[in-house]
Amino acid sequence: MALLQIAEPGQSAAPHQHRLAVGIDLGTTNSLVATVRSGLASTLADEAGRHSLPSVVHYGKDTVQVGYEAQAKSALDPQNTIVSVKRFMGRSLADVQSGVHKLPYALHASENGLPVFSTPMGAVNPVQVSAEILKPLIARSQATLGGELQGVVITVPAYFDDAQRQGTKDAAELLGVKVLRLLNEPTAAAIAYGLDSKQEGVIAIYDLGGGTFDISVLRLNRGVFEVLATGGDSALGGDDFDHLLVSHLQQVWNISEPNNQLARQLLIEARRVKEALTDNDSIEATVVIDAKPLTTTVDKSLFNDLIGALVKKTISSCRRTLRDAGVGVDDVIETVMVGGSTRVPLVREQVEAFFKKTPLTSIDPDRVVAIGAAIQADILVGNKPESDLLLLDVIPLSLGVETMGGLVEKVVTRNTTIPVARAQEFTTFKDGQTAMAFHVVQGERELVEDCRSLARFTLHGIPAMAAGAAHIRVTFQVDADGLLSVTAMEKSTEVKTTIQVKPSFGLSDTEIATMLKDSMKHAKEDITRRMLAEQKVEAARVIESLNAALGKDGDLLDAQERKQLTDAIALLDMTAQQDDVDAIEKAIANLDEQTQDFASRRMDNSIRAALKGQSVDNI
Amino acid sequence: MNYFELFNLEPAFDIDTALLAERYRELQRAVHPDKFANDTEQQKLLSVQRTSQVNDGYQTLKNPLRRAEHMLSLRGIELSHETTTLKDGAFLMQQMEWREALEDIQHSQEPQDLINELYDSFGEFEASLSNKLTLLLASTDQADALLAADQIRKLKFMAKLQDELARIEDGLLD
Repeated sequence: MALLQIAEPGQSAAPHQHRLAVGIDLGTTNSLVATVRSGLASTLADEAGRHSLPSVVHYGKDTVQVGYEAQAKSALDPQNTIVSVKRFMGRSLADVQSGVHKLPYALHASENGLPVFSTPMGAVNPVQVSAEILKPLIARSQATLGGELQGVVITVPAYFDDAQRQGTKDAAELLGVKVLRLLNEPTAAAIAYGLDSKQEGVIAIYDLGGGTFDISVLRLNRGVFEVLATGGDSALGGDDFDHLLVSHLQQVWNISEPNNQLARQLLIEARRVKEALTDNDSIEATVVIDAKPLTTTVDKSLFNDLIGALVKKTISSCRRTLRDAGVGVDDVIETVMVGGSTRVPLVREQVEAFFKKTPLTSIDPDRVVAIGAAIQADILVGNKPESDLLLLDVIPLSLGVETMGGLVEKVVTRNTTIPVARAQEFTTFKDGQTAMAFHVVQGERELVEDCRSLARFTLHGIPAMAAGAAHIRVTFQVDADGLLSVTAMEKSTEVKTTIQVKPSFGLSDTEIATMLKDSMKHAKEDITRRMLAEQKVEAARVIESLNAALGKDGDLLDAQERKQLTDAIALLDMTAQQDDVDAIEKAIANLDEQTQDFASRRMDNSIRAALKGQSVDNI
Repeated sequence: MNYFELFNLEPAFDIDTALLAERYRELQRAVHPDKFANDTEQQKLLSVQRTSQVNDGYQTLKNPLRRAEHMLSLRGIELSHETTTLKDGAFLMQQMEWREALEDIQHSQEPQDLINELYDSFGEFEASLSNKLTLLLASTDQADALLAADQIRKLKFMAKLQDELARIEDGLLD
């Protein structure tokens, strides 16, 4: 069957060509990249044979170092060595500073209140820092695979909200990399275990990383991974275990106000002790202050007492998530452990006790997410057209709009399968009113101030009418990546209102422009060249996919329609040979418009085919 | 949009949920954006829209309450944003008693016993409402449709009570 499909005409311009795509696990503590080669997914190592890259970035006077080199600078220059930047993504400065532990960075707020790090290389924001982590991983992939990447899949915690997801995507796009999909980490882990082919039933994925905790409950059925519910805490992870241990050490050694260097030293020691306690019952903790060594013994039961409350919190989340999923503990046929922090013995014991079964741990919990992402990237980029793997994810947190009195009206409730669209109607309350302001929030609480502000937008161009006469239909669309877009229309006149969305914790347009410029250093020429190159690639992509569509579903068009389309394709092909960016862009838009009808016929046709196959099965 | 048509199912309250789930998966395979990752922008956009419809249709038909509402809405009775209040005194009295019982849980010596008891009573009452609803929805008489709407309103009250009870139980376990 697979062979037949590969040989099908028009499916791909070069059907045997393997397209290069990777999966990236952009982690709080470590990041990894993996790819599928000869049918097998594996993580890629750097020149020194190391697979994971510490998610640490050091900004020096004129160099940026990432990974192990940066980590080596961590204790000496904590102010300019950024660790766990994932915890800053999509957060406001006020959010990140509200934590219990003091941050060693020189931080200030951007125009939208985002945290910005002051470094010897100038101001950088969390998106830029994340891009620095992605850069060596992309370079490593291209060096190992020997070519340009066609796309990447980047994983995010299932519990990430819209702002955090958008930030992650922005980081990759800053490097000019095509993001095929943002994939939820727990789902990636399930794919890595190949659970799709072997089993049918409910599985639970417990993912405790450095900075985030996720619990996802999925139903597997013949290659379809349907996420039933997801829960967790995007600010709870192994880092918190470290900080609790640091507080304990400070107390024992009577250190009240450690300077940045000592604080970082304590943190590094706490992490070492935590890791050593996985295989030892007790361990000596040591730091040297002014050439004087301080030591104390930390045993397993002391450590368990310190972290007990946090572990319990994760188990409570598991219980709630099972309830949201509408399944009981006994329905769960398999549990999967993901994330380095699941090596902590107490975590394993508690998870095992709650789910009443030994969790799967055979794939390295640090690599499992990247491996799953690589498998998904391979499919999305088009290397496995016969694959029946399909992921149906959910939105982790409800979306709502602010109403009178600072209350939230929910538009999309959490754990709704995405993509999802919801339309809501609003009306004007003044005669002749032509604009209307909206505030979109994400979260479960009833008051706006307790939810996360996502965006504010204003509708303009509402036709002037009597109060209450205009009916504005606002559509909230969440795509498969969990990202929100909003459109609006006045119903009686069908006037499309324009929307200006101002993301509360996203980047402003000027910030994005500056970042793009910075990322290329030599301003104008490079930008023009990059835009031209991008448009040419886009044109080639459009032509290829349309030719494939014509090969497959060309019989849905009559001769004249088909000629119109092929003419438009030829026009774009010709234009793309020239170096006029605007002309190429126009030709793409023109072709796009011409294909509207064809696209919808194809979609209807495939729905019909799906249902027909069904009825035949059921006769 | 008629979701029964989308899923090619007979428009009845009593549906085969296994068949519904199967059709859902087949439709997803046909329309999901991941199947169009390398396609044109038009096709991608359309795919996101269609998948949204399929998702909404599935959630609507899967949940008995929403399925019933959808059936009524196809017959011109909209319940989703209504503000009509129930006028059934006995039912409202029963609701108040149950609300009081929920409040008593916190002060109870054996809260779990009380919780289990309430789960049973709620379940029993819901089952009787659902039975009536099934009969009423099977009728083509518009008067029966209006009576069905009342059953749905009552079932919504019950769903809220169930949620409340689940929240209280979670609070006890945390």
